[in-house]
Amino acid sequence: MQWHFDDELKRLKEMILRMGAMVEEQIANSVKALVERDVDLARQTIANDHRVNAMDVEIDETCIRLLALYQPAARDLRFITTAMKITTDLERMSDLSEDISERAIELAGEPPLKPYIDLPRMAGHAQRMVKEALDAFVNQDAQLARRVCGDDQMIDDLTDQIFRELLSYMMADPATVTRAIRLSFIAKYLERIGDHATNVAEMVVYLVEGKLIRHTQA
Amino acid sequence: MNSDTQKGFRVEDLKAYFGKVEALHGISMAIPFQQVTAIIGPSGCGKSTFVRCLNRMHEVTPETKVTGVCLWQGWDLYGPAVDPVEVRRRIGMVFQKANPFPMMSIYDNVVAGLKLMGVRNKQKLAQTAEQSLLRAALWDEVKDKLGQPGTSLSGGQQQRLCIARALAVEPEVLLLDEPTSALDPIAARKVEELIYDLKQSYTIVIVTHNMQQAARVSDRTAFFLLGELIEYDKTALIFTNPREKRTEDYITGRFG
Repeated sequence: MQWHFDDELKRLKEMILRMGAMVEEQIANSVKALVERDVDLARQTIANDHRVNAMDVEIDETCIRLLALYQPAARDLRFITTAMKITTDLERMSDLSEDISERAIELAGEPPLKPYIDLPRMAGHAQRMVKEALDAFVNQDAQLARRVCGDDQMIDDLTDQIFRELLSYMMADPATVTRAIRLSFIAKYLERIGDHATNVAEMVVYLVEGKLIRHTQA
Repeated sequence: MNSDTQKGFRVEDLKAYFGKVEALHGISMAIPFQQVTAIIGPSGCGKSTFVRCLNRMHEVTPETKVTGVCLWQGWDLYGPAVDPVEVRRRIGMVFQKANPFPMMSIYDNVVAGLKLMGVRNKQKLAQTAEQSLLRAALWDEVKDKLGQPGTSLSGGQQQRLCIARALAVEPEVLLLDEPTSALDPIAARKVEELIYDLKQSYTIVIVTHNMQQAARVSDRTAFFLLGELIEYDKTALIFTNPREKRTEDYITGRFG
């Protein structure tokens, strides 16, 4: 039996994927702007954040409408509540990309402190986590989602490593403090993006298995 | 007496027949004491037949038969010496269509069961009538017109009158067979609130086609399909994460 509610759910899924693609691009561009000292790209990334925000609102409205009109249960209910939570995380990731872009603009006005190696690596991990979390969502793949949760440790480790390295710069030469602090902020932003990707992955496990695994060791 | 296993209903391999047709294919479930249990499922799945077995109403229809075990508080309802009338007094029933006795006043409707049981004391009758109407959340609406015909009330009031009538004989269980399907949403909400209050003192089994209603009022939900019990669990679990695909299909409206 064909049911137009299924079409609504399909459209909702497509909206989330569109939003996810936008956020992946935001993260990639913000880091590219940092590495290539591209102020225009950084400005453009900041300007694009409002598109992600608009998407966030649109998805929320859709979810609320579906909840009110169809009073969904079981998998449908889990899908819609998951969608609402996922978009909040995606929106926050875009905000963090905006923050990275702001720091990138500031850093572009100063001489380079060091070649960027670990930050792009971190960004690569974070982007992959976001992508895989969304893939897990699309394919309802709890196994992939659990792997994404595990990957967060890698980003946390890189954050610590970057902090230690920047600290050594600051101790050696106080003139580097401003830049080093800005870079450590960026490391922190990327680490937060990893956390949000983990949240998305945890919600995917809930969507598939009906089990809430966040704030547990599962 | 072991209170845990004896409390509430214990049903084992219950089969119900209409003539040679087996309508229930061996149902086994425990219905907890003083909780609300909802029975859901598509038309013809046997949910009404099942609750009618719980107070020996099934056998009222000619050519019917019930086999298996059905215990209420450890009491074998189908035991050889059991009087079905006593079963139905302790396990009351309210039907889909409000059915107040047409020639009787509101008051006489409520006390009809008591009078049938031989209670003649006017004070006792009046007391029970007031208490039952209070419990059925109808007292305030009818206390000044107890002498008027029961059928003069609105549909929702008539249904609560039937609940008051069922409560008057002091049952331990209320079986509700689609009690709100003929009511408007406001009257239905009143009956639902009533169910919520009544579970303090009664064990309630409700058959409903309205899944949101099952979700709102019940502690446990049983899903029946083609005479079988497919899934039975805590209501919150059934409506967020059922184990059986057939349950999921039914409650998400993708059935058939």
